[in-house]
Amino acid sequence: MTTPAIPEGVKRCPTRQFALWLAVVGAVLLWGVYAMYLCWYKGLNQTNMNDAYGFALWIWADLAVIALGGGAFFSGFLAYIIGNKEVKHIINYAVIIGFICYSSALLILAIDIGQPLRGWFIFWHANVHSMLTEVAFCLSVYFAVLTIEFLPLIFENPKLDRIPFVHHMAHNLHEVMAVFAATGVFLSFFHQGSLGGVSGVLYGRPFSYRDGLFIWPWTFFLFTWSAAAVGPLFTISVTRLTEAITRKKLVKNSVYQMLAKISGWMLLTYIIAKIIDTWYWATEIAPSMGFAFMDFYSNNPLYGIWILVAEIILGGVVPALILITRKGRENGYLLFTAAILAMIGICLNRWVMVLQVMAVPLLPFQEWFMYSPSWQEVATTILPVAYGIILISLAHRYLLVFPQEKELNPGN
Amino acid sequence: MFPFIFEWVWDIDHLVFMGGLWYALTIIGLGLTYCVAKTIIDIKSQEGKGGHDTHH
Repeated sequence: MTTPAIPEGVKRCPTRQFALWLAVVGAVLLWGVYAMYLCWYKGLNQTNMNDAYGFALWIWADLAVIALGGGAFFSGFLAYIIGNKEVKHIINYAVIIGFICYSSALLILAIDIGQPLRGWFIFWHANVHSMLTEVAFCLSVYFAVLTIEFLPLIFENPKLDRIPFVHHMAHNLHEVMAVFAATGVFLSFFHQGSLGGVSGVLYGRPFSYRDGLFIWPWTFFLFTWSAAAVGPLFTISVTRLTEAITRKKLVKNSVYQMLAKISGWMLLTYIIAKIIDTWYWATEIAPSMGFAFMDFYSNNPLYGIWILVAEIILGGVVPALILITRKGRENGYLLFTAAILAMIGICLNRWVMVLQVMAVPLLPFQEWFMYSPSWQEVATTILPVAYGIILISLAHRYLLVFPQEKELNPGN
Repeated sequence: MFPFIFEWVWDIDHLVFMGGLWYALTIIGLGLTYCVAKTIIDIKSQEGKGGHDTHH
């Protein structure tokens, strides 16, 4: 008798329906792969990057997915370091989402560097004074950690579990997972921070330059804190979306409530620090470099003061206030709205810290540098989304991602 | 990355920066080695007991 590939006790859609779903998403994936091929074959002339925009849509996408993927390291921290038992019901999914986010970031970087065959230079000939080198190191090593965290889940597939080596390896990996999770927290703290540090140390760019602590500008700490706050909200949102698509309850409400409460307080403390940072920058740092606050938000077709209000108030204060109140968290729609707002807020933050930095004129005779991405840039940015959907679909079908699924769906 | 690469300098910057990388890689390497070694021992001991699985 053959062992079924689908875990025992859970129900999945028919194979034909699943194949059709994969084919639809796969078409989008192929579009992205074609654009990726063009970028590698013909070069970066396929993009709309230029002398003003060395960083563009790809780097924003990188920063955004890394921030949203922060749910993996923060959930790992809560589950394995703090010992929170509730988080263990969602940690598998957080790891898978983190794995998708970090592999996507690495893929985007492989396209962005133009010559991926020389990607190893950043490791071999490391510039130890560069925040980006530190990001490259931590990103790659943390991706290895996420792969290790993902392995036991794959190994527990009924077919694979029959192989003695795989069965024992899964058990032994579980035993020492706290060590890997702690390493992941260490690596994440530094690369999340260094991504913020990249813009914070640019003393020739008054829009992003900040003071700081020792070698680290305040943006270093703000980026780490914001990723830890919003990452779990992304995990919650993707889980809720998966529940809606599969029409099943996958995680108990108490898990959502607990994660949302922690995220809410993290978001509130982050946004207070961000407001103080913005106030100090607007009143002290920018004027000391010869700029008035409104120089950064006028005389251009896109970057008005609206973007700062949207990021801080709509994407920070509002969701934080919803999430710290019991009534806000317990209302499913409000919780989901707050999570979406917070994710938009963090994506806007990463956008302005990458692209608005490049847009602001530095000299009196310069105009604003505006940019819109080419279709190849857009397609290669959508490519990871399609890849993520496919990986999540496969993982949900063949792995027991949610330990509470059987209990919550007794009749399937 | 390594002291034998031409641009390597024995200064505090290289020691801290590269030390952090090798520290993380060492922990991951040791963790994985432990898991593989323990797995091989588990399989051998299971075979010695006649192949009956005691896990889970």
